[in-house]
Amino acid sequence: MELLLDIPEKITWHMACHVADVPEDGGVCALIEGRQIAIFNFSRRGKWYATDNQCPHRQQMALSRGLIGSQHDEPKVACPFHKKTFSLESGKCLTDEAYKIQTFPVRVKDNRVFIGI
Amino acid sequence: MSTTKTIQVVVVGNGMTGYKFCEKLVARSEEGSKIGITVFGEEPRVAYDRVHLSAYFDGKSAEDLELAPASWYQERGITLYLSDPVVAIDRTARQVRSHHGVVVNYDYLVLATGSGAFVPTIPGVDKEGVFVYRTIEDLDLIQAHARTARKGGVLGGGLLGLEAAKALLDLGLQQTHVIEFASRLMPRQIDEAGSDILKEQLQQLGLHMHLSKSTREITGEKKIDGLLFDDNQRLDLDMLVISAGIRPRDELAKAAGLATHPRGGIVVNESLQTSDPAIFAIGECALVHQMIYGLVAPGYEMAEVVAAQLTGKTKEFKPFDMSTKLKLIGVDVASFGDPFLSEPACRTIRYENKAKGIYKRMNLSTDGKYLLGGILVGDASQYNMLLQTYKNAILLPPNPEDLMLGSRGGEAEEAGAGVLSLPDDALICSCEGITKGMICEQVETHGQTSVEALKKSIKACTGCGGCTPMVKDLIHAVMKKQGIYVRNLICEHFDYTRQELLDLVKLNDLRTYNSVLDHFGKGDGCEVCKPLVASVLASAWNENVLANNLAPVQDSNDRFLANIQKGGTYSVVPRIPGGEITPEKLIVIGEVAQKYGLYTKITGGQRIDLFGAHVGDLPAIWETLIAAGFESGHAYGKALRTVKSCVGSTWCRFGVQDSVSFAIEIENRYKGIRSPHKLKSAVSGCIRECAEAQSKDFGIIATEKGWNLYVCGNGGSKPQHAQLLATDVDKEMCVRLIDRFLMFYIKTADPLTRTATWLNKMEGGMAYLKSVVVDDALGIAASLEADMQKLIDVYRCEWKEVVETPELRRHFSHFVNAPAEKDPTVGFDELRGQKKAKEWAVS
Repeated sequence: MELLLDIPEKITWHMACHVADVPEDGGVCALIEGRQIAIFNFSRRGKWYATDNQCPHRQQMALSRGLIGSQHDEPKVACPFHKKTFSLESGKCLTDEAYKIQTFPVRVKDNRVFIGI
Repeated sequence: MSTTKTIQVVVVGNGMTGYKFCEKLVARSEEGSKIGITVFGEEPRVAYDRVHLSAYFDGKSAEDLELAPASWYQERGITLYLSDPVVAIDRTARQVRSHHGVVVNYDYLVLATGSGAFVPTIPGVDKEGVFVYRTIEDLDLIQAHARTARKGGVLGGGLLGLEAAKALLDLGLQQTHVIEFASRLMPRQIDEAGSDILKEQLQQLGLHMHLSKSTREITGEKKIDGLLFDDNQRLDLDMLVISAGIRPRDELAKAAGLATHPRGGIVVNESLQTSDPAIFAIGECALVHQMIYGLVAPGYEMAEVVAAQLTGKTKEFKPFDMSTKLKLIGVDVASFGDPFLSEPACRTIRYENKAKGIYKRMNLSTDGKYLLGGILVGDASQYNMLLQTYKNAILLPPNPEDLMLGSRGGEAEEAGAGVLSLPDDALICSCEGITKGMICEQVETHGQTSVEALKKSIKACTGCGGCTPMVKDLIHAVMKKQGIYVRNLICEHFDYTRQELLDLVKLNDLRTYNSVLDHFGKGDGCEVCKPLVASVLASAWNENVLANNLAPVQDSNDRFLANIQKGGTYSVVPRIPGGEITPEKLIVIGEVAQKYGLYTKITGGQRIDLFGAHVGDLPAIWETLIAAGFESGHAYGKALRTVKSCVGSTWCRFGVQDSVSFAIEIENRYKGIRSPHKLKSAVSGCIRECAEAQSKDFGIIATEKGWNLYVCGNGGSKPQHAQLLATDVDKEMCVRLIDRFLMFYIKTADPLTRTATWLNKMEGGMAYLKSVVVDDALGIAASLEADMQKLIDVYRCEWKEVVETPELRRHFSHFVNAPAEKDPTVGFDELRGQKKAKEWAVS
């Protein structure tokens, strides 16, 4: 079941911000085509992640302000409101199976951060 | 049945019980016996979790609800026919025939046909917009119809009806009504008083309740437009879900000539055999002990009983305890034993707290020695212990009400000793049949000392999870009995306690989160250890909590130096030491609130809270406040909040000392110091105690000769009076004692532990604390004072620094690529001429 990845028809890359705009091991929110996207600079691993900014639990636009970290090997973000945590890789909620968020691909080029939608 | 011939078992029905039967039979046949299994299901899907059906509207997909995927059956050699119900049984040939014409021979036939919704014979039940609540297909129909509906109703206020009502709430209908024929909700589980409390709670959540209502007709042309009741009243509705009970599916059995009950149900004996010994019936279609067991747990037990018999064991289905505990739309409801026994057959104890929405009832034997049953509404935290006490016929203590109310005051917590007093064969996890003895053995001899470990080793807590708190208590109690020191480790990233980490941070002069993680931790950190380390760093050095790249490590409130509120806006609390403020400063607060459209409220700590600030406005708001002489109030931090004061001897005719001046001095002394949890304080000018100092972490009360110092009080959910630490001391001594007390707390408390809890856990209690702080028994008083002085010396208002530092200030925006824009999803409602946060989505 896990292998059936949803591969979108085509990805459009949107420039979101500069690398220096995002704190190390922290997140920011970018407005891309009217959509709020949370972008995380997971610098301990040298990786970037992007997800919905909205936490599906109480529909709050807050995930970019959440604390990131890891559970075993899984990189995750915790919503500041009620600490639901989500995998940054799969978007799965690690504390309550009922919830899931969307994740987006991230590219960094010339110190600029691009999000694929 | 030790023959090598393969036994053919046919299961009719692929619901929860039918699936569980397959699981149990497969588990047993793996031990040697050869069994071929064929399953026929009427629904197009593999068995799913019908108990949590309403989760389907809560974001769960049909796949999420599956008990096991189709591949599970395949891998175990089970032939599964879906959308293909069995239509005939030929008992002589021992054959079944399905709707699609599949014919299969059986040695044993297991009927797990379950039940359908019971639809009462009310005129109009066939109208468009009237549904039952039973299958995922039903839910799809309900969901499709709800898109155009505004008012929905549920006929039936029982357990299933309230589940259905939750589903309608989740679908976002403007109005959801529950109509019940009986005079109370959940008539099978709870009594009138319990129903009253539950009704009140559910109404607060937005449900409309109609009890003692007999429905005469469902009205409307082709489509439902409402209900007409026997009392001639009407209720307008766009849709109705009927959830008035269940009807056992016995039509197949009846057609095959098996004995059925006139009111429904396939009659079986204690071995669950029907009138044909080769045919069994399990779950909600079976009538055993003169009743239908309409819960999943007895269904699972029936599956076990038949699986055991088919693999050569003897096992009977005993009368099953129907005790239940569930969360209905967020409200705890539980009943156990015989909840409805009444005097003179028993003695009852009732507790009702309308303000908190709690109702509890215990039925005791007439001699007061045993528990016979009871009801819990609103708070079911004592359910497990009460259930065990009832089931194991444990002799009640002299004050049996303690069992349902919890021990109030006096000696320390009850739970640990309580669980150990249970007999070894007490069933703790009823889903997996695990007893207290089994858990204790795992903890004692196999070193399985966490719930996670027990889940793996004996599957404890893997079913409904309701036993988890009790399993935890057992683990702790056993470990304590063995004399094992329970270290409170931080999380998976740090094998240290908070206290150890604080020492290590100081010894190694660490100032950033990453350096602490690199030195003493592993992995990438998490939402538990990041704020904890940040707090430890602040307690060690008192540097700006946003400096040294610490902003992303702070919990959301500390990260933006403001309290995040519903909707994602923030509240702003300037410090008003001792609650004393000039008219000029009051005007500035008013102007700021006006300019930024903030809701204003006086707090319990004698200051003013401004709500509804956008994150991007925070620096400008603070710039204005700071220019007027305000400082951060640290309402967002685990730090000193306020020092409340009464007006004292400067004005009050009773006052014996100047409490306001002392409160201001104290507040300014300790402001900004980070601690394991928030700190509150107060100073009263005389013994009348108008500042309520005895409910604070440290409180001071003026006497004729000086000041009395009280410590470790607490308001909140578990109020506790502060205890006297020193009497008639002068100001200077009072301050030194507070220095020592606070620093000792900061150094030794567990994370997020208030001073009251810290003291409650402290070995030796108040006598020990006094010996350290007042008598200096450990010889650390001077160093505690010096450490405190160091923190005080480096205090700076962190908001002032942010306002003046562009690099820190620029992070205060919602959109990184549109800093001037505000979050468009933020919305407010109006209330009494001010704004309030928009209500958030109910999940």
